[in-house]
Amino acid sequence: MHFSVVGPDVERARFMKHHIVLHLIAKTLIPFIIVFALYVQFHGDYGPGGGFQAGVIFGAGYVLYGLILGKEAALKVIQIRFVHFMAGIGVLLYTMVGVAGIFLGGEFLNYSVLLSNPVAGQHFGILLIELGVGITVASVMISLFFAFATYKHPDAPVVD
Amino acid sequence: MLYGIYSLLTASLFVVLDAVDVAFTEAAVGTCISSILMLSALSLTGSRIELTHKRKPVLALMTSLVLGAALLFGLADMPQFADPNAPANLHVAPYYLTQSATDIDIPNVVTSVLASYRGYDTLGEVVVIYTAGIGVIALLGGRPRRRKS
Repeated sequence: MHFSVVGPDVERARFMKHHIVLHLIAKTLIPFIIVFALYVQFHGDYGPGGGFQAGVIFGAGYVLYGLILGKEAALKVIQIRFVHFMAGIGVLLYTMVGVAGIFLGGEFLNYSVLLSNPVAGQHFGILLIELGVGITVASVMISLFFAFATYKHPDAPVVD
Repeated sequence: MLYGIYSLLTASLFVVLDAVDVAFTEAAVGTCISSILMLSALSLTGSRIELTHKRKPVLALMTSLVLGAALLFGLADMPQFADPNAPANLHVAPYYLTQSATDIDIPNVVTSVLASYRGYDTLGEVVVIYTAGIGVIALLGGRPRRRKS
């Protein structure tokens, strides 16, 4: 049995043409997966979920796109360099919210001082740090997939 | 394949235990992402090593049995499931449960504990994920680098 997830793109494109059902279902599902990820992200205060789950679902939707349409098509949507950049931005956003707490007269990661109303400050702080978690997790998941998918063995012949 | 099924079963178990947040994570990470990454890694290695069973793994079997027996023995001392007097339920959990409504006022206590009361721990987790991502990218060369020859 030979099943290559990250095989040559040309071969895969030919292979995938025969799987029109798979193709269509994936293309139909992906927008819903992305919207669901955003729902989980911003509704985590009220229902199950949060930044981590939302990030993973977002990443999974994008990875599905990459699996079905090929990594070249997926890399056209978002540049991998931008994904690496966003992974750092998420951690930075989280830390900055914590540091903002210090500058506004509280402790590190004390959200009550962010706004004039402590409870509203907590809501705002949680929203921001969950966003940071979500951005980092989604970016790391996508970069992990592309790190595997675009890996070229050092001994492999160079194709220019 | 088996791994994905196992994760899905674990997620269902978490739903039964009313831990919906954890079930969510398990379903997304364990079933989806891990399986894809495992398949990607397998297709990268492409090894054709044939497993030979010349030695019978008696030592491994003994280790598993002894470890399993020790764990079962330790299980006898664990508090009953959902015991309100268990040590884990007496330390800070009552404070979180009673104060969350007035301090933070969001319905999902799991989020308020993770994001606010334990915000420092969550920051550590995010940094761990970020570091792991950097490690994989550094190992596999996420960005194509032009080498001068």
